[in-house]
Amino acid sequence: MSGWLLPRDRDPVGRADRPIRITVDGEPVTGIEGQSVAGMLLAAGRTSWRTTRSGAPRGVFCGIGACFDCLLTVNDVPDVRACRRPAVDGDEIRTQSREETT
Amino acid sequence: MNVVIVGAGPAGLAAAEHALRAGARVTVLDQAETPGGQYHRMLPEAYAAKRPDRIQHGRAEFDRRRRVLAHPRCRWWPGSTVWAFDRAEKRVHILRGPSDGSGRERLTLVPDALILATGAHDRTLPFPGWELPGVYTAGAAQALAKGERVAIGERVLVAGAGPFLLPVAESLLGVGAEVVAVLEANPLATVRKGWSSRPWRLAAHAGKAGELVRYAATLARHRVPYLTGRAVIEARGADRVREVVTARVRADWSVVPGTERAYEVDAVCVGHGFSPQPELAVAAGCVLDDGFVRVDTAQQTTVDGVFAAGEITGIGGAVTAAAEGAVAGHAAAGGTPDPALLRARDRARAFAGRLAAAHPIGPAWQSWLRDDTIVCRCEETTYGELTRAAEDESCPGPHALKLGTRAGLGPCQGRICGPTVSELCGGAERHHRPIVQPIRLGELAAPTEGEPE
Repeated sequence: MSGWLLPRDRDPVGRADRPIRITVDGEPVTGIEGQSVAGMLLAAGRTSWRTTRSGAPRGVFCGIGACFDCLLTVNDVPDVRACRRPAVDGDEIRTQSREETT
Repeated sequence: MNVVIVGAGPAGLAAAEHALRAGARVTVLDQAETPGGQYHRMLPEAYAAKRPDRIQHGRAEFDRRRRVLAHPRCRWWPGSTVWAFDRAEKRVHILRGPSDGSGRERLTLVPDALILATGAHDRTLPFPGWELPGVYTAGAAQALAKGERVAIGERVLVAGAGPFLLPVAESLLGVGAEVVAVLEANPLATVRKGWSSRPWRLAAHAGKAGELVRYAATLARHRVPYLTGRAVIEARGADRVREVVTARVRADWSVVPGTERAYEVDAVCVGHGFSPQPELAVAAGCVLDDGFVRVDTAQQTTVDGVFAAGEITGIGGAVTAAAEGAVAGHAAAGGTPDPALLRARDRARAFAGRLAAAHPIGPAWQSWLRDDTIVCRCEETTYGELTRAAEDESCPGPHALKLGTRAGLGPCQGRICGPTVSELCGGAERHHRPIVQPIRLGELAAPTEGEPE
């Protein structure tokens, strides 16, 4: 485990969490409405979900839509920046690869 | 007058306020769902936070500023990506809908004046292992912690250069992460000299002193050491970062041998200042100086009717951005900016010079690189490949370098490696990206709706 979502009862901002559920390569991941896809994946303990041409793992780097490291597929639409896309209940996420096949 | 403002951060909001005051009709566009930009980052509306002011300092002032978006002569279009600017028609091409989605609504606007307030993103210099998952920019850590209450890790090291590292450390502590240290690469003497000479000239930023005191108190309370003259020179781990190596560095950021220290971490966030996002200004034909948009005293670029404010004209922080936005808004609406607005802007700009003097990038950072250190993250071009290609006399020039090594040809289009490649290999950085933000072929083929003015 690595990242997490600060639990509601410990958060001084006083949130009203509405749980949502998405799947990542078929596996369920839970979070709350308003989170980005990247935030949900990080809070679920994932740090990478894309592989580069050489097969190296990548996840979030810049977090604000500039680096394109966090690309993934949302409901069959590829190359979506996970850090900029709010997650929607029921989203089907697939991880991506740029690995070159020989 | 119809004024279109791209970006709803401090500069864009101030521009809207002053353009409205000067009588214009205003449309404000931002890619995000909430206004504020990177500086006044808001929590998602769905969080229904009762006390957002607990993590957003200056919230009352921000609430006042964003109220302009509800003005009867103001249209506020969140979730709106400007993907191109047609210079001949002065037409702004917009996509409205979920980020990078398919089937977003396509609209165009032809304003009488355009104000670009597109801001900046973190600059992070490469170091061995910086491509490992778990290495983040300082801005990513901030966006996740402040913007959605997610901590990037349990034990986090914060490093780089500049005062922005402090609010990032504060936000990380606020979501329950342990911050093992905050490292400023510049020596204390540089930082002190940059900020403290002629302090009265920084009167416009008086609030910053109080902020610094608050950060210092927060770090002290959590026993987080703030160390100057120390930098992250390597991240280690197989599939993700497990350990980070820091070292004492001299004023030019060369490593002092034998001072290396390893920290066990599960995340590290590094920022060495900011890079402007001037793509739209380039598309409009505006002249840049060293990546920043050139503006005159009324914030007009070298293109008639196109104005710029905030970080794309020089990294100066939120107060400066708002002061520039105020002038730009007034001028774009056809008014003559009040001398008091101009003076406020000029005073605020003193901050930019101080920031650069107190937190420069030491040229010897290049000595951290190894032959196999990745420079272009997208195409995985290494330092060795780049330097060998730059020395190859048979294919001279930045263009050949790009094609030969693929550095800058990946999905980010050189946004991240651009300044680094130009520093390592010579040649000016190019910001020419005619498709400013990705658009899907289906969306491109679909008819444009909206207002052909």
